[in-house]
Amino acid sequence: MITFSSTHLIYLIEAARWTLLLSVIAFIGGGIVGLILALGRVSEIKALRFLSGAYIQIIQGTPLLVVLFLAYFGLSILGLDIPPIVAAGLSLTLYTSAFLGEIWRGCILSVPKTQWEASNCIGLSRAQQYRYVVLPQAMRIAIPPTVGFMVQIIKNTSITSIIGFVELARAGQIVNNSTFQPFITFVFVAIIYFAMCYPLSLASRHFERKLNVGK
Amino acid sequence: MSVNEAAGTRPRNEAVPGAEPIIVVDNVSKNFGPLQVLHGVSLEIQRGTMVAIVGRSGSGKSTLLRCINALEEINGGSIKVCGHPVSMSDRASVKRLRSEVGMVFQSYNLFPHLTVLRNITLALTAVQKKSRADADAIAHKVLGLVGLGDKAEAFPEQLSGGQAQRVAIARSLALSPKVLLFDEVTSALDPELTGEVLKVMEDLARDGMTMVLVTHEMAFARRVADIVVFMHQGKVWEAGPPAEIFADPKTPELRQFLSSGL
Repeated sequence: MITFSSTHLIYLIEAARWTLLLSVIAFIGGGIVGLILALGRVSEIKALRFLSGAYIQIIQGTPLLVVLFLAYFGLSILGLDIPPIVAAGLSLTLYTSAFLGEIWRGCILSVPKTQWEASNCIGLSRAQQYRYVVLPQAMRIAIPPTVGFMVQIIKNTSITSIIGFVELARAGQIVNNSTFQPFITFVFVAIIYFAMCYPLSLASRHFERKLNVGK
Repeated sequence: MSVNEAAGTRPRNEAVPGAEPIIVVDNVSKNFGPLQVLHGVSLEIQRGTMVAIVGRSGSGKSTLLRCINALEEINGGSIKVCGHPVSMSDRASVKRLRSEVGMVFQSYNLFPHLTVLRNITLALTAVQKKSRADADAIAHKVLGLVGLGDKAEAFPEQLSGGQAQRVAIARSLALSPKVLLFDEVTSALDPELTGEVLKVMEDLARDGMTMVLVTHEMAFARRVADIVVFMHQGKVWEAGPPAEIFADPKTPELRQFLSSGL
C-alpha cells in the first residue's frame, strides 16, 4: 500500500508549475488583448465599438471548456497541428481578455466626464487624455476586480487537464488514484492553490493602499 | 491710492473703438434634443474686458460658455474667437482654440492623481512640448500669482475648495491664454472661501486679461465687470455696463431678477 509521502508532495508542486505558467500566459495575453478590447469598447469609432463588443459577447457566452475543445481538437481537424500548450494559452487568452476587457471598460467609464473635459480644455489629444489623465485613474479603480478575476483564472487553469495537462488539480487526481487518500491529497492541493492566490490578494491590498483607491 | 480703489472698484477697461472683438457670438442657437437652450444669442466681447453673464438657472448662460469653448456643438449661428471660427468637428480649429482659451469649472476638475505642480505642467510638457524645467518654472510663477507658492507638491485632495479653485485658475493661466472662461467658479465654495478666488480674478482683470464669467456673485459683477449680460430664456435679455444694468434695468424680467435677492 502506497501512502502519501513527500514524493507525492513534490509531484504536486511540480505540477503546480504548469498551473502557474498557464496563469501567467493568461494574464499577459489576456491583459494585452483585454486593454485593446476595453479601448475599443469606449472608442469614438462605431465599428471598433461593435467589433470589440461582439468579441466579448461571444467569448463570455461560451464555456471555457468549449473554447478549449475548439482550439485543440477543432483546429487539428482543420489540419492545424497545434501543441496543447498553444491551444491552452490561446483559449485562456481569449477567455481572460473578454472578461478583463469588460471590467476595464467599466473602470474607464467610471472616470468622471469632467476629467475628460478639463483635459480637453488644456489641449491634450485623445491619446494624451488616456495616457496622462484617464487610464491612471481607471487603473486605481481596476485593481480590486482585476485581482479578483486573476484568482479565478488561476483556479480555472485546471480545465486544461482535459487536453492532457497534468497541472495541479489533475496531479492531485493522479496521486489520489495511487494512494487512495483523497483527504490528505486534496488538502495539499488546496494549500498549494491558496499559496498561489493569496499573494495576489496581498499585492492587491498593498497597491490599493498605495494608490488610495476610492479617492 | 486712487479714488477708484478707495471706493472698492477698479478702473473700467475701455473698449478700443473700431477694434475687432476677441469673441463674436452671432445668432447662436443650441438645443439638447427637443429642448432649445439658446435662442439666437449674439454677443461681442472686447479684448481686455471682463464680461459677467448673469441670469437664473436654466437661462442658458453656462451652455453659452461651453459653446464658446467648443464643449458643445452649436445648432445654428456662428462663434468666432480671436478671429477664427469655432467648430467642434474641425480638429485644427479646436486645437487652435485650446491654445487661446482657458476654462475654469465649478467643480475645479483638477487631476486627483497628480500633484498640484504636475496638474499645471502637464499641458506645458505634453502639448506645448516645453522642458520639465521650463514648465516647472512657469508653474511656480503662476502658483505665486494665485498665492499658493507653497502647495506645489500637494495633491488636490489635500487642498481646500478655494485653494483647489485657485490651482485650477493657475493651471489655465500657465498656458498663457488670451481669454479665460469661468463657469460658476465660486458656486461650490463656502462663503468664506469665495473671497480668495474672487480676489485672484480681480487681480487678473486688473492686469488686462479678457475674462468671461458665468456667476451668481452679483456684488462682484457689479464692482469688477466691465459689461454685465443678463440672460433669460436662452436669450441675451439685456447687456451693458454694470452701473446701467443694476441701477436702471430696462425690462421687467431683469428688474425681477435683481430684486429676487441673488
